[in-house]
Amino acid sequence: MKTTLLTAALLLAVPTSSAYAQQVEITVTNLTQGLYYTPLLVSAHNSDTALFSLGEMASPELQAMAEGGDISGLSAMLTNANATSVENPAGGLLAPAMSTTTMLDTAEGNNYLSIVAMLLPTNDGFVGLNSWKIPSEVGTYTFTLNAYDAGTEANNEVINGGGAPGVLGIPADPSGKNGTGATGVTMVEDNNKVHIHRGNLGDDDLSGGKSDLVNSVHRWLNPVARVTVKVM
Amino acid sequence: MNNLIKLMTKKTFLLLASSSLFLLSACNNSNNDDEVMVTPPPPIIYSYEISVTNLTQAQPMSPIAVMLHNDGDFWQVGTSASTALEKLAESGDNSELLDNNIILVSKSGAGILPAGMSETIMLDIQDNIPAKLSLATMLVNTNDAFTGINALAIENLAVNESISVFTNSYDAGTEKNSELMATIPGPAAGGEGFNNARDDVDFVAMHAGIVSQDDGLMQSVLTQAHRFDNPSLKVTIKRVK
Repeated sequence: MKTTLLTAALLLAVPTSSAYAQQVEITVTNLTQGLYYTPLLVSAHNSDTALFSLGEMASPELQAMAEGGDISGLSAMLTNANATSVENPAGGLLAPAMSTTTMLDTAEGNNYLSIVAMLLPTNDGFVGLNSWKIPSEVGTYTFTLNAYDAGTEANNEVINGGGAPGVLGIPADPSGKNGTGATGVTMVEDNNKVHIHRGNLGDDDLSGGKSDLVNSVHRWLNPVARVTVKVM
Repeated sequence: MNNLIKLMTKKTFLLLASSSLFLLSACNNSNNDDEVMVTPPPPIIYSYEISVTNLTQAQPMSPIAVMLHNDGDFWQVGTSASTALEKLAESGDNSELLDNNIILVSKSGAGILPAGMSETIMLDIQDNIPAKLSLATMLVNTNDAFTGINALAIENLAVNESISVFTNSYDAGTEKNSELMATIPGPAAGGEGFNNARDDVDFVAMHAGIVSQDDGLMQSVLTQAHRFDNPSLKVTIKRVK
């Protein structure tokens, strides 16, 4: 709560005018022990644009990112909104405990930062930063991100290559530590809005059980990412 | 003289309002009835709009309790929960919490707030800018988990400014997390809410989450769907007046 207040205080100190471009350096660190990020989408956009809203249904573009790691739809949406975006700064997957750094030259008015990537292996879990106002004051700002559930797919925890929107299943576990032959954890998603991910369940049966995920490998607790923003 | 009466009228209106005799005599003694009969200043209303979104997958929230106060708090990590908090955390009953004498103004949400849903609660207070806001609700498919905001400073919030807070989940420490059907009041179980026994650690701490039958706790009535991670609510507090 202190951090929130501090952030609020910082935001209040910033002039509302945003009629200038900024150069910002953004570092994203995967804080998990066993999850991979699919290619990240990092974008500076205007105040009217949002990649997702908590408690609202996911857009088809968000669903494609969260279920299969496909950021092309969200990226096109951002281009239409004249946003400045960087796709895939890590050059592929961002492995557990690894970091990636990228630069953004924000155009006039594009002073809101958003970051998304799918979490693998999950059904429709993603790490997200939602329209964080980039301070105009030069400095280094650090905060953490949570894991969200797009609410678009039941978390059955079966790895079957299913990454297309509407296809039930998890595309892959890049670590290769998963099991196979699971019957599935559930066929139901109770909350179909974007919400906080309840976490992977997993089990300890590598050749069956309910989940292809492993309970000692593929779980996490929030936060799942650290972001450092350097405003130059 | 007239100015003095005006000043007095303003400052002491609440006290004097009940004394029609004083006003009457003031009228008689004054050369300028207009000045003396000036209507008291309208009460200043401070108004807050509290928007709450339930971010969990399958934990309905009991009716949200929102409290404005100047002093004190509603729980402390490491300290035994009050009976009022125990009632809220075990059964979702917020009535005793809302009755705390540190409260200036309080309000309960309209009803259960299901997962994924949002609710806006308006709270007005007259002539007294509140220093703090607190909020509490039970995650009803648990033994004694609750979430909320504990004495957040809001006195510097200007009109049309807002603060967003993501809330963590706490364990009241008053009831063992057996996850037995008979002990959980939410729709997943329909069991008992409050009882005054304290068979757990008897101090408030962060909640470790539920285990569930899917994770090997065979006696649990809860499933993987009821698992939760922090944060569990998004709360935006906006001062609108």
